[in-house]
Amino acid sequence: MSQVKAKKKKMSLSRKHGLMGYLFIMPWLIGFLWFYLRSILLSVEFSFSNLTVNPGGGYTLDFVGLDNFLYAFRAHATYKQVLTTSIGNMLIDVPLITFFSLFMAILLNRKFKGRTLVRAIFFLPVILNSGAIVDAMALARSMMSGGLSNASAEIAEAAAGSGVGLAYYVEMFGSLGIPDVVLEYLSGAVGRISDIINASGVQIIIFIAALQSIPGSMYEVARIEGATAYETFWKVTFPMIMPHIITNVVYTVVDSFTQSEVVELAYDTAFTEMNYGLSSVFSLVSTVITCLILVIVCRLIQKRTFYYN
Amino acid sequence: MDQVKKADFKTGLERLKADKQFANDRIRWINNAKGFLLGLFQLIIIVGICYVILGPIFGIISSSFFSDADNYNPMVYLIPQEPTLERYSMAMEYLDYWKTMGASLLYSLSLMVIQVIVCSMVGYGFARFDFPFKKILFACVVVMIVVPTNTIMLPLYMTFAKFDVFGIVRLVNGSAVNLLSTPVPMYIMTLFGCGLRSGLYIYIFNQFFRGLPKEIEEAAFMDGAGTWYTYFRIMLINALPSVVTVAIFSMVWQYNDTFYAKLFLISDNIVISKKISTIEASISNVEKILDPNILELYLDAGIVLIMIPIVIIYVLLQKQFIEGVERSGIVG
Repeated sequence: MSQVKAKKKKMSLSRKHGLMGYLFIMPWLIGFLWFYLRSILLSVEFSFSNLTVNPGGGYTLDFVGLDNFLYAFRAHATYKQVLTTSIGNMLIDVPLITFFSLFMAILLNRKFKGRTLVRAIFFLPVILNSGAIVDAMALARSMMSGGLSNASAEIAEAAAGSGVGLAYYVEMFGSLGIPDVVLEYLSGAVGRISDIINASGVQIIIFIAALQSIPGSMYEVARIEGATAYETFWKVTFPMIMPHIITNVVYTVVDSFTQSEVVELAYDTAFTEMNYGLSSVFSLVSTVITCLILVIVCRLIQKRTFYYN
Repeated sequence: MDQVKKADFKTGLERLKADKQFANDRIRWINNAKGFLLGLFQLIIIVGICYVILGPIFGIISSSFFSDADNYNPMVYLIPQEPTLERYSMAMEYLDYWKTMGASLLYSLSLMVIQVIVCSMVGYGFARFDFPFKKILFACVVVMIVVPTNTIMLPLYMTFAKFDVFGIVRLVNGSAVNLLSTPVPMYIMTLFGCGLRSGLYIYIFNQFFRGLPKEIEEAAFMDGAGTWYTYFRIMLINALPSVVTVAIFSMVWQYNDTFYAKLFLISDNIVISKKISTIEASISNVEKILDPNILELYLDAGIVLIMIPIVIIYVLLQKQFIEGVERSGIVG
C-alpha cells in the first residue's frame, strides 16, 4: 500500500502536467478518433465495396475490389470531365487569389482615410457566404453587368456579344502575337474577377496581419541604406511574409476544393442515385489529388521560404 | 547670334542646376506628384473593388422593393418607380420569419458557445502542455483542416442514422437511435471538437495561447490556483481577441451553413439558410406565381431578411473582429 503511494508521489510534476494536457485535449481526441479517423477508414472501405442500405437501418457491404474505381474512370459519363475542370479551375485560381490578396493587403496596409470601412467591406464576402446568398448575388451581378432590370437582362447579355466585349480584346491582343495560353489565362482571370475578390477575404486579412508583424526597424535600415521602394519590397517585405503565403495557399486550395463541382457530384451520387460506393470513390480520389497538390505546392514554396525566427 | 543664344541658355540651365532652392522645390514637387498619382491609383482600385463587392448587394436590396410593373419596365434601374413592401410581407410569411429566425439564432448561438469552450480548451492543451505524441496529434488537427468534410460525409451519415456508443444505447433503448432530422448530431460533433471548421478554431486558439507569456500561469500557480481555475479565470480572459474572432466566425458560418444541415436532414424550421432555398418553390406552388423573374424578387426579399442579423452583428463587432483576426493567432 505504502509502496503504491510512494510510486504515486514519484510521478513528477512534468508528468502530471502531461496528463493534464491529455485531459484538456480529451474531447477533441475522442471526436477525432470517432468521427474523423473512423470515417476516413470507412470511406476507404466503402469505395471498395457495393453498399446497400437495409430497410431496418444499417447496411451491408459486398466487396467488389476496384470495380468502383474502374467504373468512375472508364464508364461514368461526367466524372472525368468534372474532375479535370475542377482541378484546372483550382490551379488557375490559387495563384491569382494569392497574388491578388497580397496586392490588396499591401494597398490596405497604407494609411488612408476610411481604412476601417474599406476593410470591413472587403471582409463582407466571408460573412455572407451562405449558399443561397451566393447564388442570388451571382444572379444580381449578372443583372448589374446587363445594366437593366430583371426581365431585360437577357436581352442585354445578348447585345453585349456583338459590341466591344472581352472577345474583341482577346482577338486584338492575339493579333499582336501574344501567345494564346497567356491570353486565355488573362481573359479567364478578368472574367472571374468577382469570384476572385469574393474568395480572398480571409487571405487579405492574413496578409495584412503578416505585414503588420514585420518590425519597422527593418524598413528603417533599408531606407538608410538607400534602398528603393521596389528593392525594399523584394528584399524585406516579400521574404518576411513568405511563410504566410503557404498558409494562404493551403487555405485557398481547401476552400476552392470544398466549393468545386466534384463535391456536388459526389453528394448527388450518394443521396439522389444512392450509389454510396461510387460517391466514396469520387470523394476519395479528389481528396487524394488535393492533398498531393498541397504537398507539392508546399514543398516548392518551402524551399524558397525564409524563416525569420 | 545663334551661338550666343545657346551659350546663354546653357549658362541659364547651369545656373538653375546650381540653384539649391530650385532643386529642392523640384524634388518636392516630383514627390508630391508621385504621392498624388499613387493615391489616385489606390483610390480607383479600392473604389472599383468595393463596387464589385457591394454592387450585387445593392442590386438585391433594390430589387426586393420592385413591384411587378417595375420588373417589366426596362427603363427602371435600381430605383423602383412604385416601390412595394409586398415582397417582404410574403417572404416573412413563407419563412415564418420571427419563429425560424429565433430558432436559427438559438441554434447557431448555442453551437458557438460550445465551439468556443471546447476549441479553446483543446488549443490551450496543445499550446501549454507537453505530452507524448503531441506532434502527431497536432498534425491530426491540421489533417482536420485540410481534409474536406465531404470525404467523410457518408460515414457520418451512417453513424448518426444508427447512433450507438459501444452498444450502450442499444442496452438502454432496445435498439440504436436514428438521430437524423434533429440537430443532435451537430451538437454531438461540436461537443467533441469536430464541428463546423473546428480544426481552424483549435489552430487559432493554439497559436494565440502560445503567444501569451508563461509567467501569467506561473504566478497563478504560485498563488495556488488550480489548472482549471487558471484556464477559465485567467487564460480565457487574456485570450479575448481570439475568443471574439472565433465566436463571430463560428456563429456566422454556422448560421450560413447548409452542408451539415442538408447532410443531417436538420429541419428547415431551425436552419433559416436552408429554408430560403425552398422559398421560391413554395411561393410558386401556393400563390400560383409562375414568372421566375417575379419569384426572384421574393427570394431577394428573403435574402435581405436573413442577411439582417449577420450584418448587424458584423457592424457592431466589426472593429474588434478585424483587430482580433489580426492579433489572434491566424498568423503564427
